[in-house]
Amino acid sequence: MPKLLLKGGHVMDPANKRDGAFDVLIDDGKIADVQPAMAANGAQTLQVKGLLVTPGFVDLHTHLREPGREDKETIETGCQAALRGGFTTICAMPNTTPAIDQRGIVDLIQREAQRLNLARVAVVGAVTKGREGKELTDFGELFDAGCIGLSDDGAPVADAFLMRRGLEYAKLFGRPLIQHAEEPALFGQGVMHEGLVSTTLGLAGIPSESESIMVARDIALAALTGGWVHFAHLSSASSVDLIRQAKRRGLRVTCEVTPHHLALTEDVVGEFNTTAKVNPPLRTEADRQALIEGLRDGTIDCIATDHAPHTDWEKSADFDAAPFGISGLETALAVCAEVLVKPGLLTWSQLIEKLTVKPATIAQLPAGTLSVGAAADLTIIDPQAAWTIEPKSFVSKGRHTPFAGRTVTGKVVKTLVGGVERLA
Amino acid sequence: MATTATPVHTTQWTRKDLLGLRELSAEEIHLILQTAESLREISLRPIKKVPALRGKTVVNLFFEPSTRTRTSFELAAKRLSADIVNIAAQSSSLSKGETVLDMVKNLEAFKVNFLVIRHAAAGVPHLIARHATSAVINAGDGAHEHPTQALLDAFTIKEKKGRIEGLNVSIIGDIAHSRVARSNIWGLTKLGAHVTVCGPPTLMPPAIEQLGVRVTYKVEDAIKGADVLMLLRIQHERQEHMLIPSLREYRLRYGIDAQRLKGAKPDVLIMHPGPVNRGVELESSVADGPYSVILDQVTNGLAVRMAVLYLLSGNQKDEEGLLHA
Repeated sequence: MPKLLLKGGHVMDPANKRDGAFDVLIDDGKIADVQPAMAANGAQTLQVKGLLVTPGFVDLHTHLREPGREDKETIETGCQAALRGGFTTICAMPNTTPAIDQRGIVDLIQREAQRLNLARVAVVGAVTKGREGKELTDFGELFDAGCIGLSDDGAPVADAFLMRRGLEYAKLFGRPLIQHAEEPALFGQGVMHEGLVSTTLGLAGIPSESESIMVARDIALAALTGGWVHFAHLSSASSVDLIRQAKRRGLRVTCEVTPHHLALTEDVVGEFNTTAKVNPPLRTEADRQALIEGLRDGTIDCIATDHAPHTDWEKSADFDAAPFGISGLETALAVCAEVLVKPGLLTWSQLIEKLTVKPATIAQLPAGTLSVGAAADLTIIDPQAAWTIEPKSFVSKGRHTPFAGRTVTGKVVKTLVGGVERLA
Repeated sequence: MATTATPVHTTQWTRKDLLGLRELSAEEIHLILQTAESLREISLRPIKKVPALRGKTVVNLFFEPSTRTRTSFELAAKRLSADIVNIAAQSSSLSKGETVLDMVKNLEAFKVNFLVIRHAAAGVPHLIARHATSAVINAGDGAHEHPTQALLDAFTIKEKKGRIEGLNVSIIGDIAHSRVARSNIWGLTKLGAHVTVCGPPTLMPPAIEQLGVRVTYKVEDAIKGADVLMLLRIQHERQEHMLIPSLREYRLRYGIDAQRLKGAKPDVLIMHPGPVNRGVELESSVADGPYSVILDQVTNGLAVRMAVLYLLSGNQKDEEGLLHA
């Protein structure tokens, strides 16, 4: 493979505190050098003037649907969507059919990802067998197979005793249990945030406390056990407060937030807009502001997409019947740039940190960095490019997004995995 | 400011569908009530039929069981000379991969003109309306809206009281799960009534006061000074979901009996969308008593539904005209 020189770009590599004009030399699929100005010396040169050169994004929370619901997404289409969105590593969630609760299924996903050779796929295993919340999976086997964490995502680990034992046992491996924080009895039959909009539409509501009570419980269990709990897709102000306090106490607690919870509120549901049906639900403006503040002050560690593709026919059902989920990989960067960078809430560099080194650290993956010797996984961004979100042009099979039709600024123009351009 | 006094309306009906009262203006509501007023006498004739909707087809597509609303729409259509088909669809029959929209597209392939929809899920008529060329009438969607019920309620109040503006109307019962309550809140507040909602806190949805109503948990407060008491049916299943401890407890706190009614105005109206749970929200003697207009509501429902069909048909393309051109 010839050497490749990315010339004239603005490198943002928060892991190495780089934010300025650098050239990047890639050799044998790895970062060979990062210097202010380098001569080509026979390397193939790619002019990236006016563009941002960042580590490839890492998504802690992707639903690839394979095996089981290949009509919603496949590993192939999911990886293509990831590359389109600038993600070079995605973590596949285990709520597949069958659930990722044993080594064979982890292997199957990893083999298929290697065969495709698109984005890198890490796997999140299930906490309980069949995600039924009754018996723990064989954690050791799953971690040996390469799982970066365990989660029953889509459903909470509701049983406090099971969660306690899981947190304790996972200490042996130094990896997190990823909790979909939701108290089932309070969640009930809810389909959207409980408030004025749910009252107006006559829809069953999901109170914020459905999430924050579970967050509070698991913080208590983290204190009891010394285990590591990572909270998926935070949605409410009260959860952010609880985690802020827990971190001050020095507990092993991390968490993520999605672009849609940072950008939108319950109002987007409008008149039964199922593209805005997502779990946890879009909540109030006060919640949205608290999530942004949590991201700014470091309470929230990183951004994750919760990319949750569904078929058109399922999402075009009535609001009660339509499944929860937003197709998020292809819009994540632009939505975050629009909501966080444009109003000056985060700098570009801070945003890139939340999409790269931060999630890579939680997943304990050697990704999200342009350190010399690291895999040459890079994302090249045109921060000025305006474009309109058009779900029909998504490469994901999931074409439902509440951002449809929005004009946004900031576009991924190239994605390199192992030094090879995967997205032209 | 909404005015109810003047019967002079120049408003034209321009909507394809009737999905709820939230989106209607006071003028549009008046137009429906006024049209119902003029169509009402058809049902008093020996030959209860006019040719207004001759050649039009109405489909009653009910995913939830209903006797009175379905019958009311059926008679309304027949008295206007439309053809009507009743479909009692079980939501469960759609579980084999067929969606509600598939079913509607099939019905539309028969070139029907009206789809009257009842469904246990909020928003189904709206979903259908976005995809259908027929006029869609919401006959009750989950806990969302039941516009023709609220229209017939307004019609009945106006008939009995001569006005709606300035009246005190108390809606008592399971507000949280009631489409009748929501449609009445929209309709009556637009027409200038002062609406109070009353029920136990467990049956009161969050932020309801932001819809412009007074909230009270005490039934005595709701009764005192009210011109109209509108009772809602308490579903037995509410007990199972721990929303009320028992039906007995509900009856003791909220049931309207002769004793409680002593606190009401002497000319109070007792209304109920039916079917009445006798001995729970309403004592039999009150349901059948002199203040009760429950059967007038049923009668007026027919006129209101005729008016809705009539107005919506006026906004449809004249297919006959095309044929004869």
